[in-house]
Amino acid sequence: MFRRLDEKGATLLLKVDGQEIRARDGDTVAAALLAAGIKHIRTTPVSGKPRAPYCLMGVCFDCLVTIDGVGSRQACLVPVREGMSVETQQGKREAGR
Amino acid sequence: MVASGYDVAVVGGGLVGIATAWGLAREGCRVVVLDEGDRAVRASRGNFALVWVQSKGLGLAPYAGWTIRSSNAWRGFSDLLKQETGLDVSFQRPGGFHLALSEKELEARADAVRRLHAQPGIVDYKTEILGHAEVKKMLPDIGPEVVGGSYCALDGHVNSLRLFRTLHTALNARGVSYRPSHRVENIAKEGGEFRLSTTGGEVRAGRVALAAGNANMRLAPMVGLEAPMKPERGQIVVTERVQPFLHYPMSAVRQTDEGTVMIGDSKEESIDPAGLRLGIAATEAERAVRRFPLLANVNVVRTWSAIRVMTKDGFPIYDESETHPGAFVLCCHSGVTLCANHALTVAPMIARGALDKALVAPFSARRFHVPAAG
Repeated sequence: MFRRLDEKGATLLLKVDGQEIRARDGDTVAAALLAAGIKHIRTTPVSGKPRAPYCLMGVCFDCLVTIDGVGSRQACLVPVREGMSVETQQGKREAGR
Repeated sequence: MVASGYDVAVVGGGLVGIATAWGLAREGCRVVVLDEGDRAVRASRGNFALVWVQSKGLGLAPYAGWTIRSSNAWRGFSDLLKQETGLDVSFQRPGGFHLALSEKELEARADAVRRLHAQPGIVDYKTEILGHAEVKKMLPDIGPEVVGGSYCALDGHVNSLRLFRTLHTALNARGVSYRPSHRVENIAKEGGEFRLSTTGGEVRAGRVALAAGNANMRLAPMVGLEAPMKPERGQIVVTERVQPFLHYPMSAVRQTDEGTVMIGDSKEESIDPAGLRLGIAATEAERAVRRFPLLANVNVVRTWSAIRVMTKDGFPIYDESETHPGAFVLCCHSGVTLCANHALTVAPMIARGALDKALVAPFSARRFHVPAAG
């Protein structure tokens, strides 16, 4: 769906559900996920419908992911770091993990 | 502008008002509900949604029986609403806990339960005091600091916001006229009917049922009734939705049918918004994590404070006016728990034009006239 104008700078490595993807310094997690071709990053807790990053500016809360073990973080507000671990969220989170 | 032709005007569009209005409509009454605007305090939007029996009635034994009557009627009530609207208010009655975080708290609870059940004329039901191991069998995720708790099989909960929506849907389907922005300023009885002056114009009805929560204090004297109230503030912490892990409602923690965890049982005498401090919500959250340590990494999505409708002694008030026949007042703290009673027991009394003394005489405001012991 999205293509980087310049692939050369995408040198950081992060893991999404255990799979490595490349991102560029300065990307948000949401931008990195979209650029990696990941279309749905969660399903909703009540109806189970798929969701993707939408507003990209912190207001819609549709891009919630687990980052380094902390759940329901807004992927569009968190810059990527080398070695970051991202997990997509399916339905309701489990308390205690 | 005058609106007339109503058998009953219900003053108050909260849970007590709309449950009563629905019950009246079922009895064939033409009903108008007069609600304030969004500047009203809206206690019904901020409640904790328990249908709760244990601990009710210490100091007024008939309140325990009245509560159990509603708790027992709740299943049928929610079925009726579902038949009419197709909406499920998620009434569940697995029994409920009150958890103690110290031996002292547990002993205080056990003592309150003993005193409640030792009252003359109290209805017979069971509240068990359980130790840590027994509680853990039913609530495996309790923390080591939970020394035990009380359990009553009659306790339950609902989705109270959906209950609100469901009752409004049912009212609409039954042709009840719901009128927001109709704050009642004055009530007079003229020519055999009540004339209610409101910010939205005059409304006339054969009978009037005051169900305006704490505002009943202002309205009741207009029709020769009284409603001594003592509003109280509570604060609630709300988490994101998580997988179901709390299969029983508790007095300070519950998980809704959609996964949200609600936390909070605070009571403040001050209801001044300027006095609102985060310390209370923080303490509630801290105690919830001690009860269920796995809540520690669950995100809080909002907190709110709401005003509890509370009579001076905490027990309900149901009265009919002697000076203004046809005027009734309904006040209570537990608008969710007693919803089934208001819809299925009290509303038919108002439709018949007289309260059934055998059921509600103990809840007359006349009890406040007993001289205080020196």
